Amino acid sequence: MGATVSLRGVTKDFDTPGGSIRAVDNVSLDIGSGEVFGIIGYSGAGKSTLVRLINGLETPTSGSVAIDGQVITGLPERRLRPVRAGIGFVFQQFNLLSSRTVAGNVGFPLRVAGVDRRARERRVAELLDFVGLADKAQQYPDQLSGGQKQRVGIARALATKPSLLLADEATSALDPETTRDVLDLLRRANDRLGVTIAVITHEMSVVSYLCSRVAVMEMGHVVETGPVYDVFADPQRPVTRRFVGTALHDRPRADVVARLRQRHSGRIVTVAVTDQNGSSTLLTERLRHYGVDGAVIHGGITEIDSRPLGALTVELVGLDSAIEELLSDLRRHTDVVDHGTAQNPIDSTDEDGDPR
Amino acid sequence: MTSGSQSLWPVLFEALGQTLQMVFVTLGIGGLAGLLLGLGLYTTRQGNLLSNRPVYFVLNLIVNIIRPIPFIIFISAMLPLTIKVTGTSFGPTAAIFPMSIMATVATSRIVEQNIVALDPGLIEAARAMGASPLRIIATVIIPEALGPLILGYTFLFVGITDMSAMAGAVAGGGLGDFAIVYGYQRYNFVVTWIAVGVIIVVVQLAQLVGNILARRVLRR
Repeated sequence: MGATVSLRGVTKDFDTPGGSIRAVDNVSLDIGSGEVFGIIGYSGAGKSTLVRLINGLETPTSGSVAIDGQVITGLPERRLRPVRAGIGFVFQQFNLLSSRTVAGNVGFPLRVAGVDRRARERRVAELLDFVGLADKAQQYPDQLSGGQKQRVGIARALATKPSLLLADEATSALDPETTRDVLDLLRRANDRLGVTIAVITHEMSVVSYLCSRVAVMEMGHVVETGPVYDVFADPQRPVTRRFVGTALHDRPRADVVARLRQRHSGRIVTVAVTDQNGSSTLLTERLRHYGVDGAVIHGGITEIDSRPLGALTVELVGLDSAIEELLSDLRRHTDVVDHGTAQNPIDSTDEDGDPR
Repeated sequence: MTSGSQSLWPVLFEALGQTLQMVFVTLGIGGLAGLLLGLGLYTTRQGNLLSNRPVYFVLNLIVNIIRPIPFIIFISAMLPLTIKVTGTSFGPTAAIFPMSIMATVATSRIVEQNIVALDPGLIEAARAMGASPLRIIATVIIPEALGPLILGYTFLFVGITDMSAMAGAVAGGGLGDFAIVYGYQRYNFVVTWIAVGVIIVVVQLAQLVGNILARRVLRR
């Protein structure tokens, strides 16, 4: 069974020569058993500190952290060690011991836990099999590729059969293809072993591929949290919209809108597609109903959490009155952004040129 | 190589034996104590494993006070204490005492410098696994820094050999003493050169062994 994590009003200040810095500011969140929970933010948002507060590598300045209902805040270092031993940690830079073989690295947490040699060897073989590196057992980390190193890192993190796995930018040092392999491996660990996973990342694509819920961090705060689909479909905060925009390229930016207006003389609108509004069939059906021609000129539909999501930008050609009726009808079902026409453009992006 | 009617070869071999005795005993005592002191300096430094400002301050102060003293002055300044501890004021045993202290201090800096270069991520990873500070020192810090540490100790061997030659100045015996008594003081340059040659051979051999060991540990 996966562990639960519960943070209540957690704040962390760091003393620096330039004064105190608040890395995490009054964060409360709950991660359910067996959940894959994403924590996304730009660098410096406080997410790495947050994850180190969860396994007690850092102690909160105020607030409390509980793992599986047990409050770990305030525990002395000696009693924190067994807690940490039950939490796997995957690092961005892998942090493998160069003086030990792959098997030695994977077996290291078992040594720390006092597991005897024979049980250790058995478990290491099992883990290397799980991550697909059985043939690399006697190699050293510097003989492996980045993706292989991270698979060793994951095997090591899973060695003590943890109920919680923390992945701190686990794929940020990897190329896109290897990233996919490592994410698949994390997903498999969650499916087969039921381990709860907290994924720290600055890549929305990682969140959309792996997580069921997400918390967005900015300047130490969690500014938005919710199911990944909801956050993608209806981001509330500018920072969230920017993150969603990096994963979905379905809405045109200001410069794209300008070029679309040059190429297409008709009325240009962007229609959101979610699983709530019958997907793109609604658009097709309404166009036919009002006798308006619509050509898709930008956008796309993708799957988030196995549900359709996207936006289609279409050029509408027809009677002005029919177009107005069509738009007000569509607005009752979904989010519509009107870019106007080349003659009468409507400013539809924010000051950064990002879609509003 | 003679002095009057006496052949100096047996004297040279005895001196070589004394040098090797001084160097190896000092390397053993100073190397071990220096390893502990160096680990103490590293781990008690602010933000590190056993971060402790007063302890670090004291350790750092001791090292900084002793290190800059020229060894030739240190060895004579220590003489009263040497007599108390070893019961003698000359010969290799008397030289080993101040040599070990100076070697401890020198080693501590070599050890500290080599482990400061370690990736802090490795220590964090071990902490995240629930490892205790002692275990981290023994199973992460030392094994990960072993290659550079071996080279550091090889460097130390050369430094101690240098120190042992200065021990000759206070009748400590060894090759330095031999070169001064039979070479310098009797204007016999051949004797001095031979003593220098023997020291060069000893240092070269030590460097060779150190390089081979380090290469094996670093797998290069």
